[in-house]
Formats: sequence, structure tokens, C-alpha cells
Amino acid sequence: MSTALLKIAGGTVYDPANGIDGQVRDVWVADGKIVSPPTDPDIRPTRQLDARGLVVMPGGIDMHCHIAGPKVNIARKMRPEEKRGAAPIRRTRLTHSGTLGSVPSTFTTGYLYAGLGYTTAFDAAVPPLLARHAHEEFADTPCLDKGLYVLMGNNHYVMQSIQRREPDKLQAFVGWLLGASKGLAPKLVNPGGVEVWKHRPAGNVRGIDDQVDYFDVTPRQIIRAMAEAADALRLPHPVHIHCNNLGLPGNWTTTLETMKALDGHRGHVTHIQFHSYGGGAGDEDTFHSKVAELADYHATHDNLTIDVGQVLFGETTSMTGDGPLGYYLHKIYGGKWFSSDTEMESGCGITPIKYRNKSLVHALQWAIGLEWYLMVQDPWRVVMSTDHPNGGSFLAYPQIVRLLMDRSYRHEVLKTCHPQVLKRSRLADLDREYSLYEIAIITRAGPARILGLTHKGHLAPGADADITIYTPNENKETMFALPRVVIKSGTVIVEEGEIRATPLGKTLHVQPEYDVEIEADIRTWFEKYYTIRFRNYPVSDAYLHDSQTIPCGT
Amino acid sequence: MKIVEDATCTFCGCVCDDITLKVENQRIVEANKACVLGKAWFLNHQIEDRPSCLIDGKPAPLDEGYERAASILCEAKYPIIYGLSDSPCEAQRVAVSLADWIGANVDSTTSVCHGPSGMALQGVGEVTCTLGEVANRADLVMFWGSNPAESHPRHFTRYSLMPKGMFVPNGRKDRTCVVVDVRRTKSVKAADLFFQIPPRKDFEAIWCLRALAADVALDADQVERDTGIPLARWQDLMQRMKSARFGVIFFGMGLTMTRGKHCNTEALLALVRDMNAHTRFVVKPNRGHGNVTGADNVVTWRTGYPFGVNLARGYPRFNPGEYTTSDTLARGEADAALIVSADPMSNLAQAARAHLASIPYVALDPKETPTTRAAAVAFTVAAYGIQTGGTVYRLDDVPIALRPALDSPHPSDQTVLEGIERCVRQRKGIGEFA
Amino acid sequence: MAEPFVLIPGRTSRQGCGISAGKFSAEYLDETSVVQLASTDMKRLGLTSGDVVKLSSADGQVELAVRAATGDELPPGVLFIAYGDLSSRLMGADTHGSGMPTSKGLDVMLEVVTRSPPGQAGSTPRGTKGAPPG
Repeated sequence: MSTALLKIAGGTVYDPANGIDGQVRDVWVADGKIVSPPTDPDIRPTRQLDARGLVVMPGGIDMHCHIAGPKVNIARKMRPEEKRGAAPIRRTRLTHSGTLGSVPSTFTTGYLYAGLGYTTAFDAAVPPLLARHAHEEFADTPCLDKGLYVLMGNNHYVMQSIQRREPDKLQAFVGWLLGASKGLAPKLVNPGGVEVWKHRPAGNVRGIDDQVDYFDVTPRQIIRAMAEAADALRLPHPVHIHCNNLGLPGNWTTTLETMKALDGHRGHVTHIQFHSYGGGAGDEDTFHSKVAELADYHATHDNLTIDVGQVLFGETTSMTGDGPLGYYLHKIYGGKWFSSDTEMESGCGITPIKYRNKSLVHALQWAIGLEWYLMVQDPWRVVMSTDHPNGGSFLAYPQIVRLLMDRSYRHEVLKTCHPQVLKRSRLADLDREYSLYEIAIITRAGPARILGLTHKGHLAPGADADITIYTPNENKETMFALPRVVIKSGTVIVEEGEIRATPLGKTLHVQPEYDVEIEADIRTWFEKYYTIRFRNYPVSDAYLHDSQTIPCGT
Repeated sequence: MKIVEDATCTFCGCVCDDITLKVENQRIVEANKACVLGKAWFLNHQIEDRPSCLIDGKPAPLDEGYERAASILCEAKYPIIYGLSDSPCEAQRVAVSLADWIGANVDSTTSVCHGPSGMALQGVGEVTCTLGEVANRADLVMFWGSNPAESHPRHFTRYSLMPKGMFVPNGRKDRTCVVVDVRRTKSVKAADLFFQIPPRKDFEAIWCLRALAADVALDADQVERDTGIPLARWQDLMQRMKSARFGVIFFGMGLTMTRGKHCNTEALLALVRDMNAHTRFVVKPNRGHGNVTGADNVVTWRTGYPFGVNLARGYPRFNPGEYTTSDTLARGEADAALIVSADPMSNLAQAARAHLASIPYVALDPKETPTTRAAAVAFTVAAYGIQTGGTVYRLDDVPIALRPALDSPHPSDQTVLEGIERCVRQRKGIGEFA
Repeated sequence: MAEPFVLIPGRTSRQGCGISAGKFSAEYLDETSVVQLASTDMKRLGLTSGDVVKLSSADGQVELAVRAATGDELPPGVLFIAYGDLSSRLMGADTHGSGMPTSKGLDVMLEVVTRSPPGQAGSTPRGTKGAPPG
């Protein structure tokens, strides 16, 4: 295979990281990487794909989804009813069978992402005690490179270090914990709030200056200290933050305060749509959009990046590390409810949810997501996501592309929504249409850059040969739903909707340098209250099959 | 002489990972910290002086065994794969692949253990936690239809009653222990309160508590008739439950195996959910085997369903009662089977056992059992956690990597299943990359 | 003369240890072939440990040695046996659409087979006979 040379000839290339906006050019691939065209004219490619008239982009990157690990698996188990009516995923000579619904089984997840031209995905919230489980599921999720973010915002050692004003210990702990769980980035979910939930029925924080029981720290302190630690460790991707007060009317102020709490440190605010609401606390009737205010702050503070967390109408499953949020949604919708608290670390909540276009709140959520895309001028700092499956399935990404590129379609859907949406959001006035170049940024080049993945999201020599080739279509949803060819690490894995190969992909993770002297302190703390042995906690390399360490400090 | 520290015992669902093993002359001679069940587990699993492979009771090379197994499974119209709860995840994954290639049912011993608890979770969800939360927070600890003193001997000391936890600094003194059961089991010795209900009345008793949690008025005479316990005692219990800081109910086969089955477990999960309006309350099934929780997880992530999965149409379908093993055997539907480290010939009903004896089946087990004796192909495999490694899931879904102490001349479950899978793939023309 | 009882099969530590010793070990077979009765029932039926009774359910019958339950572990009318081959013979296969056969709270009829003369302890033969209903 090392002499194989693939030429993708004559395609219309969109490679925003290298400033290529719809140029007709060839792309050359060898050994799983993009390579320069051969200088020797006698060297012929071993295979040539005729891409004339076709759109060529880097493979898609989903930087925030829930696809592997304990809460994802409970959600699968909990929703047999969704799978009965869904299309069967049959085994073939190349592929395992599986099931759909809002939480597809592992193999199916890999195949479907590949089918959409996505080649990299990150599970957004894994408790380190259970990281081994996520890695096991990754080993059964083919066609993707993947990684995970490690829950830290309600971790006892984190809160203890902050309370005791020991930033050195915090920094070492974050470095150690990322290495032990083979994760990519630190994740904060309702920082401090989940610990309060563990102490009291319906417990939660209501603002970032609330005190967390026992530890006497505030969410603000957690956010600030963790952002500082991430920057000190020079992590490729900074703290990834699911703000407090998700979903509540009036929560936009919490989001703004969170962004301010970063105090200039890097931070990524995730599924920000769910955190952009004006209105009275707990009062649905005053619910409205505050995107403009937040987008203004975002525009003038380039330490911040965001992903949207788009809501789409239909049935899905909400699953989150935000334990009290799960309870809250269960109380509102009355659906079955799963909740699990992980010792010393985190929580989770799962409940079915159905977004209805005739519901004012849901329609506003939908509109608010789109406002984010359309009002943020710099596409490099806003990323497409649905917080799969919380806002909707990743299978709806092509629909989002169409909504962004085709304003008449957008208006058509808007017309089917609750009429009050027109008054409470600006969506009707936003005429902007995304270009293919901008789509390529928010689904490829942007997330790669935000995650610090220098070898992904672009097509210059040295990049991973993850490439998606689309057939142009007036209907952008059709165009993005069915790529002509998908290439993963130089191998054609999908052709005209059919899987051709199912490589396992790599796990992407960091191994930050940290002060190993502090491990003794971590161990003492660990052995006091955990119910497994310290030595049995870290995930060994044996779970990673193929992996790549993303360097810190670039 | 060799010492293995932080080894994991996989006999019961406690999956204690703090065992120190002393190995001498290819035998484990000491299992420090292990309970009586764990010691028996470690000390009794030596290298079995049996052939690794027996075809029709006669020794045969492994490759022949794989071929014969593959032919039995491929020629069947309704093959079933059962067991899995005493195998590591790496082996369980291969079993699910096999089921996919041959269109078999895949089912673990969950279906005759906590399957009804899984069905309840599918109905109402579950409010739960990892065991460290119990150790650190629980001040009211209840056991319903579960007898850890005999089934999970280190449960009380390691997780639920004795630990001096972060918010339970005085350990046992800070806790109230309640046992609900039809017998005064050995666990009752550890209890502060005991509710002895008549057999087959768990459903009524749980619903009595559900009513009290919701302040629904009850007829005292009926309560006493139905539950054998005066209403006042239940009221007192509910009062304690509501005023606990963090309550937990562990439950076992006393609920899943008796009249009511999944209706009992659903009632209990709903009760605990309702209690969260008053205080923090969680529930936890006391899973019995070392990796039955792993089987649930593996089968779920690969098929979407936890147990009783049918793949005959080329995709997963789920229906307890239809695709579960006790049923497919007792109704005479299965015409071949692959039994992985389980002993249905001891544990299933007579109709199921009689039918299993009449069909060709393959069995894997570290030891000789009634199931291996009647198998067409029997493989002696290395014992997981002792002679072979892998990943197992504790009863609270915490995944732990095994530290085996010995080598074995016998193949692991994973090796045998992969061998059979290779032969099946060849017959079916399925490529290596799947 | 047969009397109705409710049978609870369950786990015991000895049965658990016996599993590891082996399904054909004396430890396992002994533990799983004895049925326990409340002492009040033992007295009423004139039984001493080691006597043999026949248990019949809708699905099968077995003969087993008896043993008095420790203290007041069992209420009158309730029997206990450690899970194993013999308890399985009494269990029906109907899972009521749940996958789980009814394995606890089984209705059985108990008939005394051999009763030691008063003042003599019975031997402890292992109960091995079992047959499905004719």
C-alpha cells in the first residue's frame, strides 16, 4: 500500500484553512495523508477519482456529540420503543447490524457518520471513572477518528484545590486526569451545580456566584481556575463549558457572566443556543432571544469560541452530565427519567424529549440556534452542532446546512412555527445565506482549529487524508445527506451511499506534562473515598488500538 | 512465589478490585481480602486437567472443535447464544459478532436474573449512582429481596453499611439499615429494622409505600391483609425515608423472580423516582455475576438492546418472553446453541433443559458442569480474572481491567469464540474487515 | 398426606463456594439437595434433620432430605432450598412474557417419605430422585 497514490482530479475544492474557496484543483493522497503533487511527470497515480463538477472538502468534524460511554448506553437501553419503528440496519458482508432511533448503536453510529462525510467526532462528556467504557465503545465505532472530553466541573479534587487556593495542585490534577482517562479536553458541565444536586432534592446552583455545598466554592471560581489550568497546561482545546442554568428563561445573564469569568483565558461555550434566553426566571411567557447581546460580547472577545446546539423538530433523547437538568426536564415533560451520580466526579440525566414547531418555546429554541449562525460574522468562531442527540440527531446536519444556505427554505419552516416566534426572535429579518466556504468552516476547518488539530480540517500536504466529495445540488440538504465519495485516512470508505471499508480510526488524546510529585497527594485523596483502587483507575494503552497524542503547547 | 496486588474478583457483582493474590506452584494459595465466595473462587480455579476441546465427549484438537462448532451453528435454523455473564467484555463482543453472522439470538443470564429490572428501566427509567456515592452519602440503606450476607459478602463492609464516608463519618453509626424479605435471612442480623412480608406480596408492599410517598390515604385493614405488616410500620418507614438525607434501596432476586417480576421492579424504580421529590434517593440492583453488567453493556452498545436479542432477520429485534433463552428452549424453538460460561442444564426449568439436551450445542466453561457434559463440543477455557484478563463491569457499571495471576494451557473464551467466528466467516463469505 | 407450602429457592454462601468447587463436588451437591423447614413445621410433621420428603409442584417432583432452618429464619409454611438442579426441577418454564421463569414463591405439596423414629437422628442421604409429573 505504501506505493499507492490517489489523485482526486479536477474537483471544486473548499479548503478554508488554506484560503481555497471553490478553486478547481487536484488533491493527491498517499499513505493516509494529503501529499504534494508529484514533481516527476512520469509518476502516475495508482487510482484516480474523477471529481470534475464535484465539490471537495475535508472530512467533517463533529466536536460535540454524545456517542459513546455510560450515559449514551443507558439511553440506548432505555429507548427500545424508538427502534421498533425505525428503519432496520441490516448486517452485510462488510457491516454489522444495528439499530437507530435517537441513540444509534455503535457500529451504526460509525457507518452513519461516514455516510454523511464525517470522519472525526468527539464525545463531549465522560466521567473519568467510566472512561474505560467510552473507549470500549470507541473500539466498536468504526470509520471515525474520535476522542472524549473529561468531566471535571464537579470533581471533588478540583473543587478542593480551588477552595484551598492551590492552583499548582489543580493544574497537575487536570494534566494527570486527562492522561489517566486518555481524554482530549477538560469539560465543565453545570460547574458546581451537580454537586449541589447530590446534596439536596432538586438541588442546583442558580447563578455563578452561588456557593457549592461543603466545598464552598462558586461556579465562577471553578470556571476561572479551570480555564487558567487549561491555559497553563497549554492544552490544544481549552475548557469546554456547558454553562449553569441551561434551558431556563433569563439564563443569558449566566452565560454572559460565565464568559466574563474566563477573564481573558480561552474558553469554548458549548450548545450556546440553550443558554441564550431572555425572560423572567422560570417564566415561559416572557421567553425570548438574547443572541444579539451575547453575540456582541463574543465578537469582541476572541478568547471565546462556541458551538450552537441547534434544536430540530421531532422526537429525540436529552442526555447530559447535568444531573439536575435531567430532573427538571422530567418534571416538565413527564417522561421516563434516568439519573446517575458518579462518585467524586459527576452526574447524568436522561429523558425523552420532543421538540414541536407549534410550541412557542421549542420554536424559539430552533430560531435562536439559527440566529446564532446568522448573527456571528466570523464563521471561524462558531461551530455547527446539535449536541447530538439533545437538540436533534447528527443525521439532521444536512438539514441545518440547507437552513443556513437557503433563506426561502428557512422562511418556509419559520412559517410553520408558533406565530409568536416572529415577535420574540429576529430570525425573520436575517437574510444572510451561508456559502459553501462558510459551511466548510463551521463543519471542518473551524472545529479543527478550535480543537488544536493541526492535521485535520484542511487539505494541505501533511493533513490526514479525510476527504468528502459531494455532488452539487440545488437542495443543499440532499447534497450533504449523500456524499458521492468519502475517504478516511486515504481509503475510500463510502461510495454513492455504500460502505466500502470500515477502518477503526484512531483515538485522539493528550498527555500533558504535569508535576508528578503531586500524584502522591492525588493518590491519598483518591484512596480515602473512591471505591476502586488507585492503580486500577487509569485507562491503559491497551484500550486505544490506534491512537495519536495531540501535542500541548502549540 | 508471586504476589498479584489489586487483583479483581469476579465471582459476584461486587467485583472487588483490592484482592492480593499469592501464587505458588501454579496455584493461588491465598486471596487476601477476598470474602468466603472470593476465596473459594480463587483457590478452586486451578489448571483443569481436562482437554481443551472435547467433541462428542472425546478429546480433539481445537481447530476441529471450532469447525464442528461452526457447522452446528451455521446449519441451524434457530441458533441461540446464551450465557456471557462470566466472560470478559472482549469475549462478549465476539459472541455478539457471531450472533450477527449466523442470525442467532443473543441473550445473557440477565434474562433469568435482573432482566426484569432492565425492563423496568425501559418503562420508567432509574435514579441511581455508583457505589462510592452510597459509601459517602447514604444514611438510610434498604435491602429488598436481597441477601448480601450470603450473595455479596463484602457489600456491607466495602460499600453500603460500614464505610466511613465523606458525609457519613461515623460509618455504621450514622446509618439506618432496613431489610424487607420473606425470610429472616442472615442479612437481617445487620439490620435495624426488618419487614417480613409474606411470599408473593412484594408488589402490594411497594405500592403501599408508593401511596404513602404520595400522601394517598390507605385502608389499614387491607394493608395488613395484603402485606402482613401493620400500616403504622409502613408509615414509620416512609417517614424515615422522607427524612433521610440520602436513601438507597438495593434489591435482588426476591423481586425479579417471584410473582410480579418486572411489575415489582417497575414499582420499586418508580417509588425511588417519586422519593426524589422529598430527598435524594437512589436504587441499585445487586447484580449477581462478575460480568453480567458487562454483558448488558456490550449487547446494548452493539445491538441497542440489553438481552433477549434476535438477529434472524439480519437486524436486532428485542422481545423478552419471545427471544429470551428460557422461552426459546422450553418452547422447543432453538435447534442449536452456543453456551458461554453458563450452566443452563443446572439452572433452567425442566422443559428448557430437556430440550437443550435434545439439540446439538457448544459449551465453553472453565470447569466441568452438567452443561459441558452433554455438549456436542465442549471447550475448557481459562477462568477470567484468574488465568486470563479483560474488562468487567461492576454491578454499578464501573468498568475494571482484570489482573490475572496465572497462565493457562487452555484458551480464553475470547480465543475460542474468535476461532469459531473465523470458521463461520469463511462459511458465510464475510470479510475480515467487518 | 400432602401439605401445601411455598418454596423459596435462593443463594447461600455454601452453594456459592460449591459452584467454585465444582458442580459435581460434594459441597455443591449436598448444599443444593436439602430443603429447610421452620422448626415449628418440622415438629408438627414429626421430622428430624435427615428425614426425606417429597416436594411436588405443577412442573415436577423431587425427594430431598430436610433440615431445620436456623432459629426463626423461616416462617411456618415456607420452605427454603439453595439453587441447583433439584430446585430447577420444581420450576415451571412459563415466563409470563418476561423471559424470567417464576423461580421463587413456588407452590409445592410436601409429603413425608421417611421419618426417623423419635429420638433417632436421620441419616443425610442426598436427595437425587426427581421426575416430571407423569
